[in-house]
Amino acid sequence: MSADLTIILPEILLAVFAMLGLIGAVYTSKDDLASPLLWATSAVFLAVAAWIGFTGEGTNVAFGGMFVDDAFSRFAKVTILVSAAAVLLMSEGYMSQRGLLRFEYPMLVALAAVGMMTMVSAGDLMALYMGLELQSLALYVVASLRRDSVKSTEAGLKYFVLGALSSGLLLYGASLVYGYAGTTLFSGIVQVAEEGVSLGLLFGLVFLMAGFAFKVSAVPFHMWTPDVYEGSPTPVTAFFATAPKVAAMALFARVMHDAFGGAIADWQQVMALLSVLSMFLGAFAAIGQTNIKRLMAFSSIAHMGYALMGLASGTALGVEAMLVYMAIYVTMNIGTFAFILMMEKDGQPVVEISSLKMYAKREPGKAWAMLFLMFSLAGVPPMLGFFGKLYVLRAAYEGGLVWLAIAGVIASVIGAYYYLRIVYYMFFGETQDEGLNGGKSPILWAMLMGSAAVMLFGIINMFGVDSVAAAAALTLVN
Amino acid sequence: MDNILSITTFMPALAALILAVFLRGEDEAAQRNAKWVAMATTVITFIASLFILFEFDRNDTGFQFVEEGEWIMGLTYKMGVDGISILFVMLTTFMMPLVIAASWSVTDRVKEYMIAFLLLETLMLGVFMALDLVLFYLFFEAGLIPMFLIIGIWGGANRIYASFKFFLYTFLGSVLMLVAMVAMYADAGTTDIEALLNHQFGNETFSLLGIQIVGGMQTILFLAFFASFAVKMPMWPVHTWLPDAHVQAPTAGSVVLAAILLKLGGYGFIRFSFSMFPVGSEVMAPLVLWMSAIAIVYTSLVALVQDDMKKLIAYSSVAHMGFVTMGIFSANQQGLDGAIFQMLSHGFISGALFLCVGVIYDRMHTREIDAYGGLVNRMPAYALIFMLFTMANVGLPGTSGFVGEFLTLMAVFQVNTWVAAVATTGVIFSAAYALWLYRRVVMGDLIKESLKSITDMTGREKAIFAPLVVMTLLLGVYPALILDIIGPSVAALVTQYDTALAAAEAATQVASNGN
Repeated sequence: MSADLTIILPEILLAVFAMLGLIGAVYTSKDDLASPLLWATSAVFLAVAAWIGFTGEGTNVAFGGMFVDDAFSRFAKVTILVSAAAVLLMSEGYMSQRGLLRFEYPMLVALAAVGMMTMVSAGDLMALYMGLELQSLALYVVASLRRDSVKSTEAGLKYFVLGALSSGLLLYGASLVYGYAGTTLFSGIVQVAEEGVSLGLLFGLVFLMAGFAFKVSAVPFHMWTPDVYEGSPTPVTAFFATAPKVAAMALFARVMHDAFGGAIADWQQVMALLSVLSMFLGAFAAIGQTNIKRLMAFSSIAHMGYALMGLASGTALGVEAMLVYMAIYVTMNIGTFAFILMMEKDGQPVVEISSLKMYAKREPGKAWAMLFLMFSLAGVPPMLGFFGKLYVLRAAYEGGLVWLAIAGVIASVIGAYYYLRIVYYMFFGETQDEGLNGGKSPILWAMLMGSAAVMLFGIINMFGVDSVAAAAALTLVN
Repeated sequence: MDNILSITTFMPALAALILAVFLRGEDEAAQRNAKWVAMATTVITFIASLFILFEFDRNDTGFQFVEEGEWIMGLTYKMGVDGISILFVMLTTFMMPLVIAASWSVTDRVKEYMIAFLLLETLMLGVFMALDLVLFYLFFEAGLIPMFLIIGIWGGANRIYASFKFFLYTFLGSVLMLVAMVAMYADAGTTDIEALLNHQFGNETFSLLGIQIVGGMQTILFLAFFASFAVKMPMWPVHTWLPDAHVQAPTAGSVVLAAILLKLGGYGFIRFSFSMFPVGSEVMAPLVLWMSAIAIVYTSLVALVQDDMKKLIAYSSVAHMGFVTMGIFSANQQGLDGAIFQMLSHGFISGALFLCVGVIYDRMHTREIDAYGGLVNRMPAYALIFMLFTMANVGLPGTSGFVGEFLTLMAVFQVNTWVAAVATTGVIFSAAYALWLYRRVVMGDLIKESLKSITDMTGREKAIFAPLVVMTLLLGVYPALILDIIGPSVAALVTQYDTALAAAEAATQVASNGN
């Protein structure tokens, strides 16, 4: 028992930290404590990430297989924690300026992080659901953090209703799988599935996939994404676009390979379809957007399509590609949202893309960093985003999905248009008298520049992430 | 000097980084500094490339100065030059100081302008030196970014449309090549170009969606690469981005585009399509030859009716690139020699012609042909230089333009007489549009009021043209200067091509006898 507890010690510590923070804030000065709590949470995230990243070794199983700590989950956890810490740091200025910085915010994010860590380590359908719901419930609340705004509450409500629906689908799938496999343990399901997937099991699998597709916002389960992205306070949007996506994608990969690894042929086509639909819808629908947050929502849908392309290949290379892609995607998004957070005029946040007209004249440094990020998101070399795409293309090709690879590159050309449009506004347009002003935050500036620098210089050696991802993928697929 | 290639390639990028980080302000001094830094860097890069040229062993047909290192994803960082690529490297380093000099009058965002051109030089040099598929693609595609910005920021009135069209058009072509590269990686297990040149890609005919693919995988790969290089080249009918891009780009941008960027396509054809997919090339050669012939005639006719000088020269570029593709896919020594020669000579000539337009555009701010006439009265030196390059563009013997056209026509005549016949008429059309342009702009009486006070070329402008004049005439009377360097590599390439075809032929015969 104590051995089990040692394995999930990081999760326990984080949960205890969140509880203590809540109690402490409730019994003391409430929101005055919000800012220190936020900093503390980021620090704890980074400390736990470093702990997991540097000391984790081998594959450890706890609670009879319900909780798995392996290289794969550690890769996902470090990505989740680091990106969550970065987003928290980015939120501080924005939130406190607008009176949104309540102590619940960092605590809810911490609880969501615990949920996400449980998700990626789940070795059992029940552990999976527990982690997923802990994460989702925290996120529903965070989405409607701005209680006095109709859009924000609408976003929270929409997210909650649709999220509950998807949880229902997922639970239904899980119960079907349990019914036909006779076990909730992935290691048990995989044995049953290897002997042949019965119709009931297949239905269960499809419902599970629908639930996951909702969480990663893959088409056709993406409807909530633009509205939630638009309505939520921008730092929360940044959070939605990063850590939970990694967690959901990692969970997706784990279930597909750990529980249904022997039935790749049964889910490969579904996955490929999700991928191709996401890539094209993301590419087309973003073209007409004028709100940069909605644009980023469609952009993230398209990017999830590429990550799913890696998964669809059903190989170790595919999982590796997905992990690398998600790590790159998260880094790009942190930089981009740091930029969006800095878009303000007279202290008010601005989300109209047209407000960026000739931004390069006023703020050349930021504009150039954003330019690198946009080309990286578009997947144009020499930016790191290109290597993410190259990874998934390789995986898809070697997994026999040549048509998917071709569809992917064509979608990337269509998608390039709207990233170029932002560059066009910043660099080519006509000068306007009243543009954006303010937005002088050293943290945001550092995040933006850091992210752009990673995109530019990461191509030298990818900071070793590719070899770590390769090792992580091998623990999942063998 | 073990890594002279990397030093040469990345020197401009380093200078760009230094400019980006250390140069502050928009005042005159800062602008002057940016210009001089760019000038000094491009000149030093040229000198460095001269070292490569002098050290180059022209009898060695393999890659020289090879550098190799580990890179991400199992790829290699590998650079090297051979007889085919070295002169393109020289062309790039030779043109860039002239391009910078031609940009001396730029006043808007000078620092960024110089950074964009310096980065562009690094990327273009990288394309010619890269010996790894993905590294090649990286340089090839990345070049779009600075060019997109050059057209979009410093371009003419309709620059937005032109820059987007340029970017998306070429991007769409290239991504298909990327998929093909992934396929080659999967097939050969390596991205090393040297190894891939010796790898035999499958050429068994198979059927896809009911269509017989003659030449099998090689044909598919050929088509994917073709999508990229044909757009870049550009070949008819995917050339439509070029006139727009040329017209809207600033003078220096047009010069780089015409002189160097178009050559990436031709270089790619020789390095990849022709060398790696001999069977695919053989299958597709008739199509490419006819497309080239159509390009030569059609775009020459289109050039005749243009009223914008830059557009006219842009269409003439498409026609001249037609000779290049024709030469390459004639698949013999003269053809490839001629194609490379034509590319290099077109680099000098079209670059010079765009500079000629730039000279009068700087004075009158219009590119309308009708706005000019009788310039010879006020600008005798300009008239002389413009005439030289007009004649070179026509392909007058004694200029470098003649050698390339003659070699490619001779080559294609051995392969396909009809294509040669059609293409030769294109030579006549090219004389028609070029001479007519010259007559309308330079000859006649100076009657337009606006032109009465136009001044002749300044010393700086003459200095820019001097090296181009020398090269055009020198190569015209002494083509061996180039042919001696490319000859051995081209000969080896053609031999390899013929061997591969013969082997494939023998294999099919064995297979059909077996049935």
